[in-house]
Amino acid sequence: RRAMTRAMGLLGLLLALFLVPAVLLSTGFRRGEPRTELPSEPAEWGPASDTVTEDSLWPLPQQLRTSSRQLQLVPGRFQLVHSAGSSAAGDCGLLLDAFRRYYGYMFGQSRRRKRGRGSHGAPAELPELSELHVVLQSPEPGCHVYPHLASNEAYLLTVAEPVAILKADEVWGALRGLETFSQLVHEDDYGTFLINESEIYDFPRFAHRGILLDTSRHYLPLKSILMNLDAMAFNKFNVLHWHIVDDQSFPYQSIYFPELSDKGAYSYNHIYTPADVRLVIEYARIRGIRVIPEFDTPGHTQSWGKGQKDLLTPCYNGEQPTGSFGPVNPILNTTYDFMTKFFKEISSVFPDAYIHLGGDEVNFDCWKSNPEVKQFMKKQGFGIDYAKLESYYIQKILDIVSSYNKGYIVWQEVFDNKAELKPDTVVEVWMGKNYAHELSRVTGAGFTAILAAPWYLDYISYGQDWKKYYSVEPLNFPGPEKHKKLLIGGEACLWGEFVDATNLTPRLWPRASAVGERLWSSRNVTNLQDAYERLTNHRCRMVRRGIAAEPLFVGYCPHEAR
Amino acid sequence: AENEPPSGMPCTQLLVSVATPGCDGFPSLDSNESYKLSVSEGSLLLNANAVWGALRGLETFSQLVARDENGTYYINMTEIVDFPRFPHRGLLLDTSRHYLPLRAILETLDVMAYNKFNVFHWHIVDDPSFPYESMTFPELSKQGAFNAMTHVYTASDVQMVIEYARLRGIRVIAEFDTPGHTLSWGPGAPGLLTPCYLDKNPSGTYGPINPILNSTYQFVSGLFKEVSSVFPDFFLHLGGDEVDFTCWKSNPHIRAFMKEMGFGDDYKKLESFYIQRLLDVVSSFGKGYIVWQEVFDNNVKVKPDTIIHVWKENSPPYAEEMANVTKVGYRALLSAPWYLNRISYGQDWMAAYQVEPLKFEGSLEQKDLVIGGEACMWGEYVDVTNLSPRLW
Repeated sequence: RRAMTRAMGLLGLLLALFLVPAVLLSTGFRRGEPRTELPSEPAEWGPASDTVTEDSLWPLPQQLRTSSRQLQLVPGRFQLVHSAGSSAAGDCGLLLDAFRRYYGYMFGQSRRRKRGRGSHGAPAELPELSELHVVLQSPEPGCHVYPHLASNEAYLLTVAEPVAILKADEVWGALRGLETFSQLVHEDDYGTFLINESEIYDFPRFAHRGILLDTSRHYLPLKSILMNLDAMAFNKFNVLHWHIVDDQSFPYQSIYFPELSDKGAYSYNHIYTPADVRLVIEYARIRGIRVIPEFDTPGHTQSWGKGQKDLLTPCYNGEQPTGSFGPVNPILNTTYDFMTKFFKEISSVFPDAYIHLGGDEVNFDCWKSNPEVKQFMKKQGFGIDYAKLESYYIQKILDIVSSYNKGYIVWQEVFDNKAELKPDTVVEVWMGKNYAHELSRVTGAGFTAILAAPWYLDYISYGQDWKKYYSVEPLNFPGPEKHKKLLIGGEACLWGEFVDATNLTPRLWPRASAVGERLWSSRNVTNLQDAYERLTNHRCRMVRRGIAAEPLFVGYCPHEAR
Repeated sequence: AENEPPSGMPCTQLLVSVATPGCDGFPSLDSNESYKLSVSEGSLLLNANAVWGALRGLETFSQLVARDENGTYYINMTEIVDFPRFPHRGLLLDTSRHYLPLRAILETLDVMAYNKFNVFHWHIVDDPSFPYESMTFPELSKQGAFNAMTHVYTASDVQMVIEYARLRGIRVIAEFDTPGHTLSWGPGAPGLLTPCYLDKNPSGTYGPINPILNSTYQFVSGLFKEVSSVFPDFFLHLGGDEVDFTCWKSNPHIRAFMKEMGFGDDYKKLESFYIQRLLDVVSSFGKGYIVWQEVFDNNVKVKPDTIIHVWKENSPPYAEEMANVTKVGYRALLSAPWYLNRISYGQDWMAAYQVEPLKFEGSLEQKDLVIGGEACMWGEYVDVTNLSPRLW
């Protein structure tokens, strides 16, 4: 009998071990096992008779249901708060900063703070939404770390009286949800802030949604970059691809090689100091945006040669050097010594797991003219195939960068010219002709891809070209589902030949917004009429928030840009 | 020869000498904008025939002043004799497709002065909105502006623009484009626009100004009397472009009128009928007028001192149109190759720069009739967020 009791006791213990966590899991308000999916998707997601269309959400959430029932928000009383059960503690500075920011976006610098119920125009019968509770559920919600490719940006937003609830696994989802919440709040003709009861379950279709800025063809002042990060957050972009140096100028102030910018920047006033770079990275981080720097080699490096002697290949005319230089010299040991040290710095300055290494548009003419290079080709048995020399160089750079535990992104030529790439290399497809086939080839070879080709926003043209960017379907390329999974997203590129701070914002926005929705929203969100409605409203909202986004077409915003 | 370092005595005065008085007047097509600038050791002289030339000279002088690496301001010894090749050098802004806040217009006037432009062609109203606050017909902007409280130009705004421009030697030529491009006029002026018909019944939509009603001409008279007094320039731009005849054709009253007047099936004749009367009204207020090329193309009888504004690139090719217009003896303005709203990738300023306005078949007398041109920034895709970088 004693044995039985012990067995029962053990059984009870075992049962308790199962039951308690099960109870904890189901309440969802305790630190428990990390969740991989959000709790109970709301029961019916179909259209209901009392739903209204939200006419200014951008990008459109995956699943959205709004009712015609309105709640009012009183600026003097409304609060965005951490929920008691949230895994984010009071020290989650990222969220606190976001609360303050979004409060400002929703209510403006509204002096009409203390508006009570019963004040003129505010219908006393409208129930009040007093708070937005933010609940983070993962034990490691990410307040103090950097966003990365696998960050969880999903969120569940329930707007109902008396408090709205924003649930997300990680802080990144909370940021996305705050943006959406701020888009739901609108002001009526009486100045009352209203929101419709709604339920939104949202997550991005693609994990990599980027904007490329080029700070070499034209220097972009810090303010311009930061303003752009704000606009990116309004559009749920999450990657800043910083094409920081190129032929024309080298504004990056390197700690190990200060001469690079001393000699290579346009002027001392056209430089990004380490403090500037840190500011960009942190400003981006608290908006859930990764900063991926691109140090493009071996081509596109004219400005590097000014501050680093013997880095570039001297071009020859017959037996004589002409005095001009070509791509990085791939045959010298000093080149790789330099790159080893340089990328050590870059790997530590930029916290993202990836660095973009460029590798595009390498012109072989200079290499072909140089007798030492020609000799090297012979020695290596490359024949006259300079693509092999290019790959030889790239290989070594990739190895250097790998040794610092960074992943890399490269332009498509690196793949096209058959360099040997690590399996987790990301290939960026940019060449316009036949990009669908290139996507098939890249993913077919097992590499991850990002798409930029149809989204070169620097190619301006007359009229509503946002439609053409919106209508791109990234997965329209031949290949099985397995390969399509390797397309992780895309980037809208604003090359800088004709762009600087005087025209950047209106040229980029709202045209890039079209790309933003294509990368976030569901594949079947393609209706141009509906998009036009929402985007014109979204554009006016961006203007109201200080982003000089240009108009789509004839019309007006109630609050014009100043 | 290399620049010598700035020598001795700093220059302390630019002496400006203007031959004819006229500080308080308005610039005109005949204004003299010539000037002479003489920079030599110990003397800086700006001589101009009229105050308008002094303005141009001051701009040039300011472009000569440079600053060296030590921070010293200097100027090279220079002799300049300058005057404009063409007397009408204009810029068109469209404040109907998008409202432009006053600040944006004033900023544009500043930059125009930096570039020696001297005409601000204010395409102030059109189909989408009517931002001009009229004293005679306040309902026009009340009903026709995008927002009657915020997206309007008050009388004082308009006076501000005119004076700001005057101080920079810039003429303000207002365009009230009719009979087409007038949809926004309708809500504030019931009965003004032609009701379109679907078979026997009005369809609910409207077309160009109704040319067959007396009330139309009463209205037009009232409006242009006001406009003539508000805008001091001798010229008004009366539009007259792109009149779509479909609505007129659909309206039985108009068809009856066509028959009565013996116009047959030629609606150009009806358009001319309207334009003629409009021109007479405007003349009676002592104004001259500029019209878009259709008015000429459609054989309207215009006064000999009418200026024809050539805007179509292709039908016919603008060089041909310039020839045709000047052959008959009218003065011409060229805009066709200078539609700056039609953006494209790259250094498109070069194409605009390479236009030679007098490159058309014609005699020297004809070519003398080309008084200049205008760069146009139509507003379909332009508002204050992108106006400046798109224009300059």
